[in-house]
Amino acid sequence: MASFNLLVAVCLGYVAILFAVAFLADRIAATGRGRWLRSPLIYTLSLSIYCTAWTFYGAVGYAVRSGLEFVTIYLGPTIVMIGWWWGLRKLVRVGRSQRVTSIADLLSSRYGKSNTLAICVTLLAVIGITPYIALQLQSITLSFATFAEADPSRGWADVSSGLWVAGGLAIFAILFGTRNLDANERHHGVVTAIALEAVVKLVALLAVGIFVVWGLAGGIGETMARIDASPIGEWNVDPGRWSAITFLAAAAFVCLPRMFQVMVVEIDNERHLHTAAWAFPLYLFLMSLFVVPIAAIGLDLLPEGTNPDLFVLTLPLSQGREDLAMLSFLGGFSSATSMVIVASMALSTMLSNHIVMPIWLSWTGSAASVSGDVRSVVLLARRVSIVVILALGYFYYMLSGGGAGLAAIGLISFAGVAQMLPPLVGGLYWRGATRTGALAGLGVGAGLWLYTLLLPGLGGFIPDTMLQQGPFGLSWLRPQALFGITGLDPMTHAVMWSMALNALTFVIVSLITLPDPIERLQGAQFVNVFEHSTGLRGWTGYVAQSEDLLIMAQRILGTSDAQTLFQREADRQGARGHLPEPTPDFLERLERNLAGSVGAAAAHAMIAQIVGGASVSVEDLLAVADESAQILEYSSQLEAKSAELSRTARQLRDANDMLTRLSAQKDAFLGQVSHELRTPMTSIRAFSEILRDTEDLSPAETTRYAAIIHDEARRLTRLLDDLLDLNVLESGQVSLNMRAGTLAQVLDHALSSALAGAERKMVVHRRPEMENVPLYSDLDRLAQVFINLASNALKYCDADRPELTIRVQIQDDMLSVDFIDNGRGLTDEAQTLAFEKFYRVSGEKAGGAGLGLAICREIMQRLDGDVTYLPGQGGGAFRVTLPLREGGRGIDAAA
Amino acid sequence: MTGRHVLLIEDEPNIIEAIRFILTREGWKVDSHAHGTGAVEMVQKTDPDLLILDVMLPGRSGMEILRDLRALPEYENLPVLMLTARGQMRDRDMAERAGVSRFMTKPFSNTEVLAAVRDLLAQASRP
Repeated sequence: MASFNLLVAVCLGYVAILFAVAFLADRIAATGRGRWLRSPLIYTLSLSIYCTAWTFYGAVGYAVRSGLEFVTIYLGPTIVMIGWWWGLRKLVRVGRSQRVTSIADLLSSRYGKSNTLAICVTLLAVIGITPYIALQLQSITLSFATFAEADPSRGWADVSSGLWVAGGLAIFAILFGTRNLDANERHHGVVTAIALEAVVKLVALLAVGIFVVWGLAGGIGETMARIDASPIGEWNVDPGRWSAITFLAAAAFVCLPRMFQVMVVEIDNERHLHTAAWAFPLYLFLMSLFVVPIAAIGLDLLPEGTNPDLFVLTLPLSQGREDLAMLSFLGGFSSATSMVIVASMALSTMLSNHIVMPIWLSWTGSAASVSGDVRSVVLLARRVSIVVILALGYFYYMLSGGGAGLAAIGLISFAGVAQMLPPLVGGLYWRGATRTGALAGLGVGAGLWLYTLLLPGLGGFIPDTMLQQGPFGLSWLRPQALFGITGLDPMTHAVMWSMALNALTFVIVSLITLPDPIERLQGAQFVNVFEHSTGLRGWTGYVAQSEDLLIMAQRILGTSDAQTLFQREADRQGARGHLPEPTPDFLERLERNLAGSVGAAAAHAMIAQIVGGASVSVEDLLAVADESAQILEYSSQLEAKSAELSRTARQLRDANDMLTRLSAQKDAFLGQVSHELRTPMTSIRAFSEILRDTEDLSPAETTRYAAIIHDEARRLTRLLDDLLDLNVLESGQVSLNMRAGTLAQVLDHALSSALAGAERKMVVHRRPEMENVPLYSDLDRLAQVFINLASNALKYCDADRPELTIRVQIQDDMLSVDFIDNGRGLTDEAQTLAFEKFYRVSGEKAGGAGLGLAICREIMQRLDGDVTYLPGQGGGAFRVTLPLREGGRGIDAAA
Repeated sequence: MTGRHVLLIEDEPNIIEAIRFILTREGWKVDSHAHGTGAVEMVQKTDPDLLILDVMLPGRSGMEILRDLRALPEYENLPVLMLTARGQMRDRDMAERAGVSRFMTKPFSNTEVLAAVRDLLAQASRP
């Protein structure tokens, strides 16, 4: 019986071998030799980290508990590898061309470089993977404990051993995983070590299987008989559960951070996928081949109550085959360590890139340049992240107490990471997928996963009453029977609800939200990745590249310029008449030339596209977009400037027109005033001189001429009064003398003033009963308007017997007073001009200066009313309107 | 001395009366027309030796009447005394371009008008 110390020594020795292999592989890869390091075989074997200690030990336990259902765990990845290899190829192409470092990076990159999304995915991954890591700790601890029990010389404390294992794995992962900074750089050493571990675990399982079938059962036929006799042989298939778990395994195979790491990040050549598409299912087949025999024979031979999860170890031990048990132990150890190393590497990259570094950068405020300082911080962040992840796993292991079956924990983990599937697949195939949609779907899915699976599975977090009656007694919210759907097993139920609502939310929210420009750009890059990148096949030969470069250069620089450039370069290279080789020198010159036309970033991206094979990075594209945006902005600024100029010019022109018009109006007004003043003055002066200079005037002539002088003097005075009045009214400096009275009083006063002493007689029709309207207004000004209108009627009414009708109406608190005579009224032209200053009815010389109606309008507008011409009344008709106000609370007296 | 016939085109009755009084006392025959429209026809009908023309007239302005007259060959050299109450430099310029013989601003003194009329007729009668 092997001593415990020997076991520890073997483990340390095994680890030392792994280190040596990893170290050598890294060295060989660095020298560029060792093509076998990049072989499809290594790639396929590295995928085997899918098979963790859970599959190594747990599959047998699973078979003992649930019969053949364990097959689903292998079926899912097989279906993906065979049935969706083209999808994986797209994933790999996208991952390589976008230089992604993890699945969180890929999703964030696809959805517009959203760090929020990256953080969510990282957190989900950490929460989902922590139980899984606990599972590995548990398996190693259990296997140690099994050996310890078998070796009574040594006591074994479960808890402290878990701590030792976790610490050891952390050191192991740090030493392996964080030697290089560039997470995108392939870790040849780690991958090679993992491939070795894959071989060890396969060999170990096959060895135990062969030993069981031929050594213990006595051949295939015997084994089959024993299987038939055991309960495992009964095909007890629950289709819902089978499809749910197969789907889960398939989804997890794509979404698990560690699978993404080996499948996408670590891949050397896209064509390796072709090999892996058949080789990996074969590996899985071999891994599952002896599960059922081991389970059946173990149940047969081992005492009742032996943990079936450890049959692989306890069967050889029980038969005294310690060498085989040791191999089996190493197989399980390999499974656990490889998973923990890669998972913690992947998770630590996510944690440090998306959570630790952004926080550190915002704290220190330093620019994100990769200086030596930052490099050491990144490495530190990764190492701390690894320790944190393993510590979380250890605490989970402590809390859960290692009670639940290994398989159950693994499935819970699978269901968690499977939530990333909708945004991942949607991001690869649907350009309409948006960040908001991805976030919403992830949130819904992860929330349901927590509520329906993780928390109930932990035990103690959700009280039994809530499981049975729902929260707050809401039975439709029971964690394991949402919306009243009962009868499903909890796993199927959780997968169905979380995945369906996740996908639905993702699609609906994507449909109703719009992607921002970077998302659009990235969406196109992802969905059309095969058109945008040239694959990972390597260089296609120098001449072909030069041709491509020439074609591109001709498009951008123009044919003759491009050809001149290439010829000069060929001369310089001594290859006149041929295309120049794309030497770094030449490429640099070409890029500078192109940059002059399309901008530096675009030039760089174009050359990288042709020469670099695949990778136009997101940064390159964003830089192109930025430059285009700058150019657009500049040109739109120019447009805006020219629009502004023409606007200013138009404003200036308008202002000039306005000034010209005002000036012309002023000239016309001054001319009018001058004319109106000089005309009476002319008469006055002429007749004054006649009176002064003529001695033989008759008394009648003297009287007549003196009367003319008198009339003209009065006209002059009236004109000056009107002008001053109008000026005061127009400037708004008039003070209104508001007082109360009745309309009848104002009309009486106005009509008697206008008609008194007139040569013509005019009949006035009034209706006194209508005129008893109380007014509160400037009654003198109102009377002035009435006098003016009555005088005009008297002057201009051309009827033989002039008559004036005063009509009073009240409507809606508006008083209207119409002055209608029985003359011919105003012509259309006169109607429009009547209220203009100095307008006089053509040919009339009634002594006015043509300011009367202009003044009337000014007055009425001051009184908040108006005066207008009323056409169609059968004579000259003017309407005065005035708002009715009660005395005391009217308009401001000082308006 | 030929021609003592003056046509006055003016819309202000008091001014017509004043000018008529002044010129009649000096032995001139004065016809008058109080409207812009029909002024050219009036000139053709009365065939005056001198025309006194107001600028602001109802119907047509004095400027237009003057331009119309100067366009007719028989009135190319008709002495025209223009009277305006607007008195702006622009009016004087326009009048001179239209071919006015003398331009006076209202109010005028009677002796000025008489002197201008004598002057213009003397110039016109010279061969």
